[in-house]
Amino acid sequence: MGTSLPLLSLLVWVPVLGGVTLLWLGDARAPAVRRLALAVSIVTFALSLVAYREFQLDTYEMQLQEFSVWIPAFNINYHLGIDGIALPLILLTTFMTVLVVIAGWDVEQRPSQYLAAFLILEGLMNGVFASVDAILFYFFWEAMLIPMFLIIGVWGGPRRVYATIKFFLYTFLGSVFMLVALLYLYGQAGSFNILDLHRLPLPLLAQELIFVAFLLAFSVKVPMWPVHTWLPDAHVEAPTGGSVILAAILLKMGGYGFLRFSLPIAPDASVALANLMIVLSLIAIAYIGFVALVQLDMKKLIAYSSISHMGFVTLGFFIGVPALLATGRPDAGVMGLEGGMMQMISHGFISGALFLCVGVMYDRVHSREIADYGGVANTMPKFAALMMLFAMANSGLPGTSGFVGEFLVILASFQLSPWIAFGAATILILGAAYTLWMYKRVVFGDVANDAVAALQDVNAREFVFLALLAVAVLAFGLWPAPIFDVMHPTMEHLFEQVTISKVGG
Amino acid sequence: MDMKTIYLAIVLAPLAGAVIAGLSGRAIGRAGAHWVTIIGVGVSTVLSLYAYKRMMLDGGPVFNETIYRWLSTGSLTLEVGFLVDPLSVTMMAVVSFVSWLIHIYTIGYMHDDPGYQRFFSFISLFTFSMLMLVMANNFLQLFFGWEGVGLVSYLLIGFWFKRESAIFAGLKAFLVNRVGDFGFLIGIAAILMYFGDLGYSSVFQQAPSMAGETISILDGTEWSLMSFICICLFIGAMGKSAQVPLHVWLPDSMEGPTPISALIHAATMVTAGIFMVARMSPLYELSETALSLMLVIGAVTAFFMGVLGLVQNDIKRVVAYSTLSQLGYMTVALGASAYAAAIFHLVTHAFFKALLFLAAGSVIIALHHEQDMRRMGGVYRYMPITWFTCLIASLASIGFPGFAGFYSKDSIIEAVHHSQLWGADFAYVAVLSCVLITALYSFRMFFMTFHGRERMDTETWKHLHESPAVVTVPLAVLAVPSLVIGAMLVGPMLFEGYYQSAIYVAPQHDVLAQIGAGYHGVLGFTLHAFGSAPVYLALAGVGLAWLGYIKYPDIPGKLAERFSLPYTILMRKYGFDELYQWLFAGGARGTGRLLWQVGDEQVIDGALVNGTAAGVRWLSGLVRTLQSGYLYDYAFAMIIGLLLLLALFLRQFF
Repeated sequence: MGTSLPLLSLLVWVPVLGGVTLLWLGDARAPAVRRLALAVSIVTFALSLVAYREFQLDTYEMQLQEFSVWIPAFNINYHLGIDGIALPLILLTTFMTVLVVIAGWDVEQRPSQYLAAFLILEGLMNGVFASVDAILFYFFWEAMLIPMFLIIGVWGGPRRVYATIKFFLYTFLGSVFMLVALLYLYGQAGSFNILDLHRLPLPLLAQELIFVAFLLAFSVKVPMWPVHTWLPDAHVEAPTGGSVILAAILLKMGGYGFLRFSLPIAPDASVALANLMIVLSLIAIAYIGFVALVQLDMKKLIAYSSISHMGFVTLGFFIGVPALLATGRPDAGVMGLEGGMMQMISHGFISGALFLCVGVMYDRVHSREIADYGGVANTMPKFAALMMLFAMANSGLPGTSGFVGEFLVILASFQLSPWIAFGAATILILGAAYTLWMYKRVVFGDVANDAVAALQDVNAREFVFLALLAVAVLAFGLWPAPIFDVMHPTMEHLFEQVTISKVGG
Repeated sequence: MDMKTIYLAIVLAPLAGAVIAGLSGRAIGRAGAHWVTIIGVGVSTVLSLYAYKRMMLDGGPVFNETIYRWLSTGSLTLEVGFLVDPLSVTMMAVVSFVSWLIHIYTIGYMHDDPGYQRFFSFISLFTFSMLMLVMANNFLQLFFGWEGVGLVSYLLIGFWFKRESAIFAGLKAFLVNRVGDFGFLIGIAAILMYFGDLGYSSVFQQAPSMAGETISILDGTEWSLMSFICICLFIGAMGKSAQVPLHVWLPDSMEGPTPISALIHAATMVTAGIFMVARMSPLYELSETALSLMLVIGAVTAFFMGVLGLVQNDIKRVVAYSTLSQLGYMTVALGASAYAAAIFHLVTHAFFKALLFLAAGSVIIALHHEQDMRRMGGVYRYMPITWFTCLIASLASIGFPGFAGFYSKDSIIEAVHHSQLWGADFAYVAVLSCVLITALYSFRMFFMTFHGRERMDTETWKHLHESPAVVTVPLAVLAVPSLVIGAMLVGPMLFEGYYQSAIYVAPQHDVLAQIGAGYHGVLGFTLHAFGSAPVYLALAGVGLAWLGYIKYPDIPGKLAERFSLPYTILMRKYGFDELYQWLFAGGARGTGRLLWQVGDEQVIDGALVNGTAAGVRWLSGLVRTLQSGYLYDYAFAMIIGLLLLLALFLRQFF
């Protein structure tokens, strides 16, 4: 086995350098810029597939590691590596970026900068997932904000400045606490290697403070109730591609942070504060489900739906140990973790697809208001069929990827208490209600107005990205085993870490 | 070919048809779409009948195998696999055969519809989902088929998507079913927690040892685990099989094109719940609470929904309420532990109800999509085949001796009569009196449609003629089983160990065995009926219908005027729709608005986020006054600071 290529570095720097090249080429050579951006994104996706091929399924250890000394004075290193948590998210990132580049083909305003921002963002996001060094992680984590900030701020809607600042302040404020926690941990461990931090014994109070600091950073990203209000604003103002990446990948950063930092570094605190996390998750699922129901703007509706669906991620992550303590059986632990992770991947496809669908309509009608549509199926039958699939996936229909994670998390949460399962399962009704009611008002019905009457069905380019997502949603709904096989050893190890106390060890 | 390949082909052939017709409908054209789906479902039908023959006549083995691993997480492995035993093979034969006929019929019925290919794709997908459901060997796949059927029914009810009423009905059907699925999913979660597996065989094996387990839902109250699981699963069945109070979607589902009504009602979707409970008999036998609940719910549905059938004027709605009522009978049978009788009624009902729907559809086409019976009448002269087959279906459905429905319905009534469970007495009275009502609404419909004065407009009347062969041939084909299948199957299916180990009945619940003790062949069973009440109740119903709709047609109107309050209640369908619309749809939107505008916008964004901003402003104002530039302010601050430091320093010594 094994290639000598530094695969992870390539995954980070190929898109970044590609993006820089696009900037250098400039808008004057827009056609070449587009083709190059597509090529770079496809090459990066191919690289991630190579990483998947190289990946060993029988170990939880970091793989494909790369190491070089960066700042020796503080023991900070350029240390990359992936495990069963990072790999699926990297694959998701590279896949979605290809689609976003295709979707951004027709952007007229500064196309080279637009595409460059996405490629650079892709590299930085891969960096976040592949970092083994906490400072390197932090670097990518913060750097990632810049392209996203620009994407919303430059290519966004009329209230983009308000949305950008709200987005930036929220996420940046949260991150500051994470940095403090990391510095404290460095003080204790003398290392920024995340794996060293996993092994660091810590008293309960310190763990709780660290947990809260991480929580501030990650809960904003997820986003969890009540720090979610930046997301609908950001989505509404973001251009289509920005919304797609925001929903599909950036929201996963929070979930990833819980898995990589909160749970293994502060396991006792994770258990002590699990009830808080469970309650916040259930509030997100049910409360936000109701809020989504009454939205008038399609993007807002999907944004709220995202928050509600991400509630399953946090619920799944924190259900395991309390269930173990309640029943004496470990079944729920890995099931919840893997269910939450599957929910992240699936939500990446589905929310991305739904935002792309809104984008397709917006490009034609220049409105996101549900009331401005009606009877789209009459003029765009192919589009209507694809969007039906995504709407059903968003409603958690078995056979689509949207079902898998929710199903497992509901099964797992029943082990702790039937009431939690009741709360979580409300999404079965609410999710279907808000998604299909929107679909009914937008797509079904007689042609509502002249704008809808003039609609053209999806063109070849639009068909390609929607069809690719449709295939992904169905494939992982009918056969999710490959994803679970990738993450299984890592998740089992993680659950073991969470169940072993670090207090006084 | 080994059996695994055959079973795979049974499932995949309709799926392939659906995919081809759905994705390349334009390329293959209208004829291409109907050929590819009819061949797909035809393959299923032939192979299902072959499998049926092999198992039921040649005594072939039960098949229970995994097809592929869906996923593994922790110690749990979830798989997709088939369980083909006498119960599922019966369902497979019925489902695929009835679907196949409906496919053929659809060529004629949907002839002019622009969504022709889409329609064939949907009904094939429906057949696929239903087959997945009945052939599942585990709860995961059961749920997959369960929801798949729900999806396609949503698509089919809203097939004419330009009609507001149709898309509303589709959404309503999906959401009401989701309420049922909520319970179903919780039931599955409970099964996984206590049984550690979702495969049928492992769950059924462990079930007896779980009979005494309890589950704590509210603090301090212990519930029987089996009752909890069975009731949760039954809530799912209430959604799919349209039992009160989750029945509201079914009458509205008439917004779909007629063949769908037939498909959904007769053979497939609504019977899914009945099938599921029969499949879970090893669990239900452990919970008399759940059995009693089914007796009561089924009886309420059978009686009260039958009564609504009396006042409907839309021909399809009459048949829809009749379906609800018949489903109530099946549920009552399940509650009485007469699972075999429930499935038997499911089978006979599949044929005669499909026939009734297709006959109604045939009249509707002939009258240019007129569905109001007040504008029909006298049609029998012009449509003799439709008339005759509809008569057979009506007689079968009222349980006239000799016809299919008679055997299944009579055995249900007898079974309930023998049942000792709580609620059985009530159920017995309800199903018995419902015989009269069934006969009344069935023949009210029959007389209003086919006899009496021709009430349609002259233009329609002039062109009135029998439907083409694609319509009448399925009618004729369905008429045969509606006539004979009851007599053929009553002995083997109820009393001769037809299901082998597929259905388990605890000895103390085994009412069919008690009836079986007195069973001496079909003829005896038939003749015996003339000495019991149901036959005379049915005849009385027909007589009343004749009086009210042929002999003295002004009586019903006068009755409606005289008893206007009960009549209004019936016309409003007891007010379920209004209540649900107000309470659930309105309530959910109100809650949403409250949480959004007050919770998110005023409290979180208004008070917290902007409040924080205001707080920062206030704090910086405070700090600004500190930095006043006056020396004494700084000196004062230094003194405070020094004192604090001193205090901290001194603490070490005390």
